Amino acid sequence: MSDEEETQPTDEQKIEIAKWFLLNAPAGEIQYIAKDMKAVLQDETLYITAAAEAFPLYNKSHMICLDFPDRSGEVMVTPFSEIGENEYLDPRTAQVAIVDHVNQVCRRARPANDEELPTPYIEEYRYALDIEVTKYVSEAYPKGICSVHCVNGKDVEEPGMDFELVVVISAARLSPQNFCNGSWRSIWNVEFKDEAQLVEVRGTLQVGAHYFEEGNVQLDAKHECKDSTMFTSPEDSAHSVTTIIRHHETEYLNSLQTSYSKLPDATFKDLRRKLPVTRTLFPWHNTSQFSLRKDIQKNLGLEKKK
Amino acid sequence: MEAAMGLMRRIPPKHSEAALSALLSLLPHHSADLLSQVDQPLQVLCDVDSGKEFILCEYNRDADSYRSPWSNKYHPPLDDGLYPSQELRKLEMEANDVFTVYCDQYYEGGTSSVYIWENEDEGFIGCFLIKKDGSRTADGRRGYLEEGSWEAIHVIEVVPLDEATARYCLTSSVMLSLTTNDESSGAFSLSGSIRRQMNMDLPVDEGHLCNMGRMVEEMESKLRYSLDQVYFGKTKEMICTLRPPSELVQTSLPEQINKRRS
Repeated sequence: MSDEEETQPTDEQKIEIAKWFLLNAPAGEIQYIAKDMKAVLQDETLYITAAAEAFPLYNKSHMICLDFPDRSGEVMVTPFSEIGENEYLDPRTAQVAIVDHVNQVCRRARPANDEELPTPYIEEYRYALDIEVTKYVSEAYPKGICSVHCVNGKDVEEPGMDFELVVVISAARLSPQNFCNGSWRSIWNVEFKDEAQLVEVRGTLQVGAHYFEEGNVQLDAKHECKDSTMFTSPEDSAHSVTTIIRHHETEYLNSLQTSYSKLPDATFKDLRRKLPVTRTLFPWHNTSQFSLRKDIQKNLGLEKKK
Repeated sequence: MEAAMGLMRRIPPKHSEAALSALLSLLPHHSADLLSQVDQPLQVLCDVDSGKEFILCEYNRDADSYRSPWSNKYHPPLDDGLYPSQELRKLEMEANDVFTVYCDQYYEGGTSSVYIWENEDEGFIGCFLIKKDGSRTADGRRGYLEEGSWEAIHVIEVVPLDEATARYCLTSSVMLSLTTNDESSGAFSLSGSIRRQMNMDLPVDEGHLCNMGRMVEEMESKLRYSLDQVYFGKTKEMICTLRPPSELVQTSLPEQINKRRS
């Protein structure tokens, strides 16, 4: 590979590369990647273009949480709370945040207008679920945040029609000084089906961790599940749905721990054993015995042992 | 260049090949540095004579051809390629045979290659490579892994100190990834890369191969342990910090209903 043969990438290609690096940043690390990317690109304009496109996607995917400028509350930046370009609704305080994605701050807030909010009927359900989920999150997560939005049917005024709520839960632990960052994201779609009088719950749980002291090791785990319950009053439905969420998330955590506990002796062994079957170190000084044994094994057609 | 290395430390290890080629295209003047400091996934070719696979790396490459340790031939053929001296080639052949058995014992499959060539001052450099595909469709004996790969590169610089001793400087990198996927736990994927160094002065009475082999074995065991206990362990610890298992939650006090992110 010589420099003359390699053509310089075009500006578009450079922007795509920068976007790719930014989007693949682990939780909480996009600003570090941004700094390094700027240095590698050595072109402020190209970087700004890439950042403008990458940051919104990253922020929504990681469901970052921003404070309102007057500290009246927080808003979660998610695909479900997005109501306009750079505008995100916080249903709890009925405010809309105008967000600066690249700097990851909320610039200002305005009250939400009526069209942006759900009807009182929907709000009853949303609010009840919000209360239950907030309680659950405060118990289960040392530093979790959550939010409930209506993603379908927010204009439904009375019983008789379907509607859908989404619960998002996000927890991140950032410890750059310990070279370790992690994040937990759950998205629960809660569909209220009027005719069947059923509530269908679908969850997507995503967990990530990054440890990078003298190395680079990352965990990426994802799980989907579903469940259902009866369509009843706002409070009772909220309680059932939250119980479902709590149950599945706890189970998932347990299965993650099981996966980890199987690692040393089972899973990892498929890659490399701790020791050979002989349970001794390899006899480097005396390998002639092996050539002989290997021939015997081959001749007798013996299978290799586990 | 430092920024480039910073990026490589943060990008998910699974994407390191794509990341490296992106960086190479953005920083062509640093390509030599990047290639030597960042490990790429190992490729293999099949030796035309023996049908055995051999691993490709910078150390058996000349122009665009790669030398097989089994037949000592360049693939594709090269008129004036570089070859190790007769003496080193002998050591190289012995090393490959022994290392194959070592690989078999620890990896229960997998491909290994050893390349040895001259260095200045009567020293030489040996490169030991291992590539193991542990997925259940390949060499994964127990069938746990949907996808799994362990790739190790060990480069030892050997410098004779006097008649009876030599100095061995080992730089090792291991890149690994594993993915399990089942009904109850979904997709679980761990991947990582680490690099370490080890220097030793050893007597040569049992031969260089013995010394090098033992160092590689010790280093691999240390790296395996480190990846398992420290690295994977830390990610597990992080998860349990994010969302403690339920037994712990019950004992925590219900103060501060409104927890805010700091």
